[in-house]
Amino acid sequence: MSITTSPTEQSAAPRTRSFTYLWLLITLGAIVSVSAVRLITGQGELDSPGSLRAAILATCPILMAAIGGLWSERAGVVNIGLEGQMILGTWGAAYFTYYYGPLIGVLGAALLGAVGGALHALATVTFGVDHIVSGVAVNIIGLGAAEFLAEAYFANLPGGGVKQLTGLDRPPDFTVPGLAAGADSLSDKGWFVISDVASFVAALTTSLNLLTILVFALVAFSGWILWRTAFGLRLRSCGENPQAAESLGVHVLRYKWVAVVVSGAMAGIGGGFLALVASSGFVTGQTGGRGYIGLAAMIFGNWRPGGILAGSLMFGYTDSLPLRSADTVHALLLLVAIGLIALALWRFVRAERRQSVVFAFLAVAFLAWFSLTDAVPREFTGMTPYIATLLVLAFAAQRLRMPAADGQIYRKGSAG
Amino acid sequence: MTGLRRVGGALVAPLVAVVAAMLITSGVVALSGSSALEFWQIILEPPASRVYVNIVNQASMIFLSALAAAVGFRMNLFNIGVEGQYRLASYVAAVVVGAAIVPGPLNILLGLVVAMATGAVWAGIAGVLRVTRGVSEVISTIMLNAIALTLVGYFLSTYGIRAGNSRRTEIIPESSRVPGFFPFEERDGAIWGLVVLALVMGIAFTFVLNRTRFGFDLRATGMSETAAVASGVKVGRMIVISMMISGAIAGLLWMPSFFGAAYSYGTAFQAGLGFTGIAVALLGRNRPLGIMFGAVLFAFLNEQSNRLTLQSDISQNVVQITQGVIVLAVVVAYEVVRRRQAAAEQRAVTRRLEAEKPTAGQEVSA
Amino acid sequence: MSAMAAETAATDAIRVRGVGKRFPGVIANHDVDIDIRTGTVHALIGENGAGKSTLMKILYGVQKPDEGTLTVNGREVSFASPMDAISEGIGMVFQHFMLADNLTVLENVVLGAEKLHGIGDKARDEINRISKTYGFGLDPDELVEDLGVGERQRVEILKVLYRGAKIIILDEPTAVLVPQEVDALFDNLRELKNEGHTILFISHKLDEVLDIADDITVMRRGTTVGAAKPEGTTKHQLAELMVGSELPSPETGESTVTEHTLLEVRDLTLHDEFGRALLSDIDLTIHKGEVLGIAGVEGNGQAELVETIMGMRKPSAGTVAVDGKDITNWDTRDRRGAGIGYIPEDRHRHGLLLDAPLWENRILGFQDRPPAVKGILIDRAAARADAERIVSQYDVRTPGIDTNARALSGGNQQKLIVGREMSGEPVLLIAAHPTRGVDVGAQAAIWEHIKKARRQGLAVLLISADLDELIGLSDRIEVILRGRLVGEFDPQSVTPQDLGSAMTGAHDEEAS
Repeated sequence: MSITTSPTEQSAAPRTRSFTYLWLLITLGAIVSVSAVRLITGQGELDSPGSLRAAILATCPILMAAIGGLWSERAGVVNIGLEGQMILGTWGAAYFTYYYGPLIGVLGAALLGAVGGALHALATVTFGVDHIVSGVAVNIIGLGAAEFLAEAYFANLPGGGVKQLTGLDRPPDFTVPGLAAGADSLSDKGWFVISDVASFVAALTTSLNLLTILVFALVAFSGWILWRTAFGLRLRSCGENPQAAESLGVHVLRYKWVAVVVSGAMAGIGGGFLALVASSGFVTGQTGGRGYIGLAAMIFGNWRPGGILAGSLMFGYTDSLPLRSADTVHALLLLVAIGLIALALWRFVRAERRQSVVFAFLAVAFLAWFSLTDAVPREFTGMTPYIATLLVLAFAAQRLRMPAADGQIYRKGSAG
Repeated sequence: MTGLRRVGGALVAPLVAVVAAMLITSGVVALSGSSALEFWQIILEPPASRVYVNIVNQASMIFLSALAAAVGFRMNLFNIGVEGQYRLASYVAAVVVGAAIVPGPLNILLGLVVAMATGAVWAGIAGVLRVTRGVSEVISTIMLNAIALTLVGYFLSTYGIRAGNSRRTEIIPESSRVPGFFPFEERDGAIWGLVVLALVMGIAFTFVLNRTRFGFDLRATGMSETAAVASGVKVGRMIVISMMISGAIAGLLWMPSFFGAAYSYGTAFQAGLGFTGIAVALLGRNRPLGIMFGAVLFAFLNEQSNRLTLQSDISQNVVQITQGVIVLAVVVAYEVVRRRQAAAEQRAVTRRLEAEKPTAGQEVSA
Repeated sequence: MSAMAAETAATDAIRVRGVGKRFPGVIANHDVDIDIRTGTVHALIGENGAGKSTLMKILYGVQKPDEGTLTVNGREVSFASPMDAISEGIGMVFQHFMLADNLTVLENVVLGAEKLHGIGDKARDEINRISKTYGFGLDPDELVEDLGVGERQRVEILKVLYRGAKIIILDEPTAVLVPQEVDALFDNLRELKNEGHTILFISHKLDEVLDIADDITVMRRGTTVGAAKPEGTTKHQLAELMVGSELPSPETGESTVTEHTLLEVRDLTLHDEFGRALLSDIDLTIHKGEVLGIAGVEGNGQAELVETIMGMRKPSAGTVAVDGKDITNWDTRDRRGAGIGYIPEDRHRHGLLLDAPLWENRILGFQDRPPAVKGILIDRAAARADAERIVSQYDVRTPGIDTNARALSGGNQQKLIVGREMSGEPVLLIAAHPTRGVDVGAQAAIWEHIKKARRQGLAVLLISADLDELIGLSDRIEVILRGRLVGEFDPQSVTPQDLGSAMTGAHDEEAS
């Protein structure tokens, strides 16, 4: 993740290629490890199509919040109001789905999230209020507004209540005929590697929700627009050096506004996903801190779409697995140990002895935990995103590259 | 002259904010199809005696929470983790006091010390991470909040005593309870004895910050970390100490309720005060007097909003919007006032100097 | 010759008439009149704070003038933003580079001008073409953070040329360059002029101005006070126009150097987090009553040297001793207590609490000793009284000690810092760029204070980018280059040219 890929294709080609090979290698290693752990522990649920589907469902809201964070922070505005914007999105999705159907419902989620974003933009960009302070206020308002609106608008609806609205129409699911069933049965065989790949295919082809597809499309779209277009270059320049951007005629405040509003909309869609796809309706407080996990995933992913995707998948997986199969969590310990050994070896090769020793020590600790216990308390996996983020920040902070002017208050006319 | 204007500015901002919040809340209530007039009539009705007692009790906890946040804010540290710190501290204190290792009143003292220590350690983690690894305390305290929540949930469900549908810690002995005081009839309830903690901490805060070397170092670090370093402040140590002080105050947050009414950690635990505290700290400009007004205002709104459910069809959650808008509006207003004052002061300096010495150069201070 | 030819041109590139601009409490510009002929290098000179930068921002559309008119190529214009200026063919190279470190050269160049050649290969070709034409030698795909100062400046000029600017404004472009780089820049500028570009060159270095300019306009106190041609004008005449009187000259008088060693630095070495050497084997000795000047191009370790001696950075190796005591492992506060006074390079970042009143700023750096502090408590009354004393003794122009430091002008802020540091009765003063960005009056006063302290036996480590200041105040000058001391000079006999060579490493062998 330390490699800064150049956004220009031509010269960056060799770098990008070795980068791709590296990732290919890592992916392959991961699949083999997962498969091995599955066979050793006999925990088929580790990567069954059902587990992976659940993981994807859990990933999407986190991913959208993280992408929302990416938009905002790439333009230099720290947005810890993601949680509040997400909460607004859950209400928006429920309200608009109830009256206009799930497709308009998604737009409603985006709209309500964008309103939260606009509030944050008004305070931070227009009035120059500290970003953290404004974010805290947005979270308070978002939570209060959603609860108030729910009580005011859902209490008397069929399927509704002062804190909920169920029975909403869901965006359509898709299953690829033939392929889905084939992959599913292949995954049931329990073969080494082959079944694991099949399981992955099955998860992606069986009752895949339209909104899930949209979420991944939005991630790709965000990456493209931020790194491959003039608009994206301008937006990122506001996060790196707004004075320079303004001196070149970029309307910095306008770009920051757009970025923060889009950020809110993305988080709102994440909330909408929670209400419409991941659960059976709207409940107040159903975000459960996922906005913060999104923030964590964004940092974990080094403010880049690829890293964010990896972080969100990891957090989504650890979030969903215990709900599906509490016993399987125990097998995860072995997987983590293998991962740590790989890290230790990599560090060793890179001649970073101290880190190598730390990772090796941790690997032994996880191995011991794995062999000395039979179960892992469910709560512990719930902590994974937070502890992982703390560890990454603590031990890989120098590899992280946040936008240079992130969190700084910018006032128009301060160029020169 | 400038002093007077400063005081004026400090008062204008919150007033503007409260008016803005009232207007926006009225709008929201009206939009949802209810009567804004009715809303304000209910909210502004004189509180009953019982409500007065509740307001004082609640305000004391909000005050402590805001004070904890304010210690951080005064040196540019964002301790978003008050929520997690006081939860963990309350749980640990409840376990220790419940075990009744030492007798009677000594047990109370032990409980307070344990609560402060737990809060300090939990917040200290964020401080140490910031100093040694450069981890932003905003992110780490958010993460630590979630970890504390999960940890306490785990311990309570594993070691807690079953009570109905939920679990709680051991109930503390009679001798370790802090008696309250009854300003009205007995049935109106008691003001908890440990409400006095808020007062004590408020005075200590003021004194330490304004009158001691430590306080000067803390404020200097908050105003300009680079200048503080150059002046010989060990910023790393200051960050860890301030975070720990902040966490220690946070640890005390729920103690008035614990020793005065709840007597165990369980369903009686009041969550969410950590975030309210951040809001109130901002509202009160991180000054104890301002925070006190903010705490009373928020407690007042919370308690009065309980009537909405009984007397109208307006959701009591609307006051959360009011509170959020107050905070956002007040920080915006402070920012605008601050800029105006800085500009006015610069003008005043120039005017004064020109009058003094007409040939003085006009120089732009960058 | 070329001047004659240009005179026949029908219109001037830029004509400024009666322009004025006020900020809260400050008149930055008033009644500014300038004519800039097409195809010439026009120099705009003036002291710091004379209003040059504000005028530049007006010409480039960053600020809007309150009054007066701008005419570009014969048409009256009004700029709402830099975009308007750019579309009129005006480009600006800022003194502090306007580059995003984490973006590539290409991204920095095309930013804001994406419509011209996109952000892909066509843009890359165009950048390569310009770079080749003017010999810039820039790789479009390199990250700006990997570039040196001279290269960054060329990126800035490339940015302007990429937009097809015919009129280029350069704001003190030589401030960050060594003499040899200045020569290269001037070659570039002459090349640009020959290609028909008009250049507005802002500076306060008179030699350079006389070297490069076709016309000269002088600003003082926010307005234009005169115009001149380099032919038949002397430095002295320009200087008089600039300051309205004689240039203050830093003359130390007779030597007061004693045998008593006050600062002794041995083998001081400092590495950054990646193990690169910022300082290597620095050996320094300063005696009682001696001023040691450190000359060097900015960014060669001066700031690190100061911060290491102050204890704000931990050296990787070596020792620092003050008055015979080894203080290598002391923290900053103890070092200050041992009698080190510190005038920091960046007073806003390191010297002041801008949003605190002056009397609280009096306490800063003296939190551990009277009069500001009694035990663990702040002694408000004593701190206030001593702040009053500094304000009157050091002529700090302020309405009172309750004014926030931010409201003061740069010169008065600096006088406050000098007064505060002197009040600790230091044995060693570390003065980094003590007169940077202050007005002439304050500069003279600060020089006077340093000289007086030296006479009374103070040892001074003086860091400055102003060679005249260094030569005038120092008893000895050491040159620092890439973190090493590369030569010692006697200010009585050294010339700026000698120093310049040592500072760039051109004459390494000779110097050592």
